[in-house]
Amino acid sequence: MPDTLTPVLTSDWAEDQSWKLATYERGGGYRALRKALAMAPDDIITAVKDSGLRGRGGAGFPTGMKWGFIPQDNPKPKYLVVNADESEPGTCKDIPLMMATPHTLVEGAIISSFAIRANTAFIYVRGEVVHVIRRVQAAVAEAYAAGHLGKDIHGSGYDLDVVVHAGAGAYICGEETALLEGLEGRRGQPRLRPPFPAVAGLYASPTVINNVESIASVPSIIGNGADWFASMGTEKSKGFGIFSLSGHVAKPGQYEAPLGITLRTLIELAGGMRQGHELKFWTPGGSSTPILTGEHLDVPLDFEAVGAAGSMLGTRALQIFDDTTCVVRAVLRWTEFYKHESCGKCTPCREGTWWLVQTLTNLEKGVGREEDLDILLDQCDNILGRAFCALGDGATSPISSSIQYFRNEYLQHLSEGGCPFDPVASTLFAVEGVR
Amino acid sequence: MTQEATGLGDATYAELREIAARYPEARSGLLPMLHLVQSVEGRVTPEGIEACADILGLSTADVSGVATFYTMYKRRPVGDYHVGVCTNTLCAVMGGDAIFERLKEHLDVGNDETTADGKVTLEHVECNAACDYAPVMMVNWEFMDNMTPQSATQLVDDLREGKEVRSTRGPRIATWREIERVLAGFPDDRVDEGPGAGPASLVGLEIAREQGWTAPAGEASGTTGSPADSAAESAALADTGRAESETRQEEGHDDA
Repeated sequence: MPDTLTPVLTSDWAEDQSWKLATYERGGGYRALRKALAMAPDDIITAVKDSGLRGRGGAGFPTGMKWGFIPQDNPKPKYLVVNADESEPGTCKDIPLMMATPHTLVEGAIISSFAIRANTAFIYVRGEVVHVIRRVQAAVAEAYAAGHLGKDIHGSGYDLDVVVHAGAGAYICGEETALLEGLEGRRGQPRLRPPFPAVAGLYASPTVINNVESIASVPSIIGNGADWFASMGTEKSKGFGIFSLSGHVAKPGQYEAPLGITLRTLIELAGGMRQGHELKFWTPGGSSTPILTGEHLDVPLDFEAVGAAGSMLGTRALQIFDDTTCVVRAVLRWTEFYKHESCGKCTPCREGTWWLVQTLTNLEKGVGREEDLDILLDQCDNILGRAFCALGDGATSPISSSIQYFRNEYLQHLSEGGCPFDPVASTLFAVEGVR
Repeated sequence: MTQEATGLGDATYAELREIAARYPEARSGLLPMLHLVQSVEGRVTPEGIEACADILGLSTADVSGVATFYTMYKRRPVGDYHVGVCTNTLCAVMGGDAIFERLKEHLDVGNDETTADGKVTLEHVECNAACDYAPVMMVNWEFMDNMTPQSATQLVDDLREGKEVRSTRGPRIATWREIERVLAGFPDDRVDEGPGAGPASLVGLEIAREQGWTAPAGEASGTTGSPADSAAESAALADTGRAESETRQEEGHDDA
């Protein structure tokens, strides 16, 4: 039984100048690369498959299997694209990783590129985090200077170039095919699939797109072995992950643990809820994952158990809200976000998110009738599964789940003719000694 | 479209071409090229759009279509300091709404507007991936963590008075145009400013160190271990600030 917390990716974040190559190599960095370069690429793919690593960007697709889909008999160049467009509300793990230890990502990108036989890799970082971009740019430059990148890496005959690409503000570019559009210099709108990116991705060539945390986990898997990784976590959700606690807990922050840890344990580690208040609702993996409540404190946070509880593990973005928070206000704000970020390509999402905002705005003001809740659910039904990509589906999650658990609170807005909550009470600065 | 038809100089043209050349297909450079246009022009200008179209062999309509899709590209001039307040749900609830309201009043501007002195552009922004530091603000896309209405007004006052302001995670705040240049892929000299991680990023690690919790030992013990694995150092890490100063002292001894 592994320890409660298992810092691997986060283990060196407190080191002095943790972002420097020298610091990373002193801690054992780039040893896995040398080991990988001596392996057959297919054996690296097998190791990642055997480890059970599943995509850390939210969907949980097995990483090694994704790599195995790359058709090696296709004469076109192969590409690795790292999705560093971390934007899902509540998600805040890749950004601190790239700021603290960007070389973990760079080493992972080199090993992963070698495995899928790519000679060019891209790191697509959202544009709104300049210090993170500096650190990743510098790490790539250091890696070139040390011979970890470029031509004939460490005499292996393998060449790799890595390009750091800054995005320009678009949540939708976290969707992998929209990201490819952005990386090709176009409007970031998702592509029809199939063909999947593994067959026709960047420049219509075979492309693997992986989340930062997935790629950053690869050096530890190659260095320590697939069995080591699989010794952590649950039966079908192997390994460790970074759990991001935010909101009304005493100590919000990053907690790296085996998959399957519960929110109850995490809140205990975080010093409990803020004093004098109780948990009301939370997201397991960002705003696109249906909200859960206090009755779900003991659900193991892995892909299967959170799914069985009616939500999704997502990005392990645990946004915690206490009893001072108006759930209608929270859901309206998320819905406004989806409306703003809808790329406009498909009708259900482009039009539907506007309708959702209108209906919710009225409800939050206490204007409307109880039947409006049914209209709202009907609008959700017309979006879920009918939108072009997962953004539309995600927009419906907070609405339908909040009506499921807090229908009475919606009705209370109607009976009282407005919001019964004082927004000041939920702020960080409302109570002395919150942090 | 000739080079002379635009207001951009030869040096900028050369840099735009340099960006396009980073990629297997030149058009991939368009997003960073538009960042460079903003750093030179203070916004995406018709001249900047023409330059990108000219270099990439696209129509200006194609380039405009891209420039209007992404929220970081601005058609109106941006102040020296772009001040973003996260008003997505978690930050809003934690105080972002109150901060944004206070700043609108204090600066006498609305959303996406610039103060009369041209110093500050205020905008509410979506989740910026720092939720454990809520409420979060961004100044020229640098993190300002755990803000309050009071610290927010102080921040914009300092910016307008030209005082040196630092991100709560270290780096000195540069101007918006200077930052757009970094986003275009031309690094500045601030990469080593500030720590690796802010305090919230380290809370789980500190608890693990206090409790002696680690990942299981692997084949390559070095990969999961860190330079500070001994019991004494673990204890010191319980107080990060102290640990950092001790590390510096140690290194000082090594140098001597």
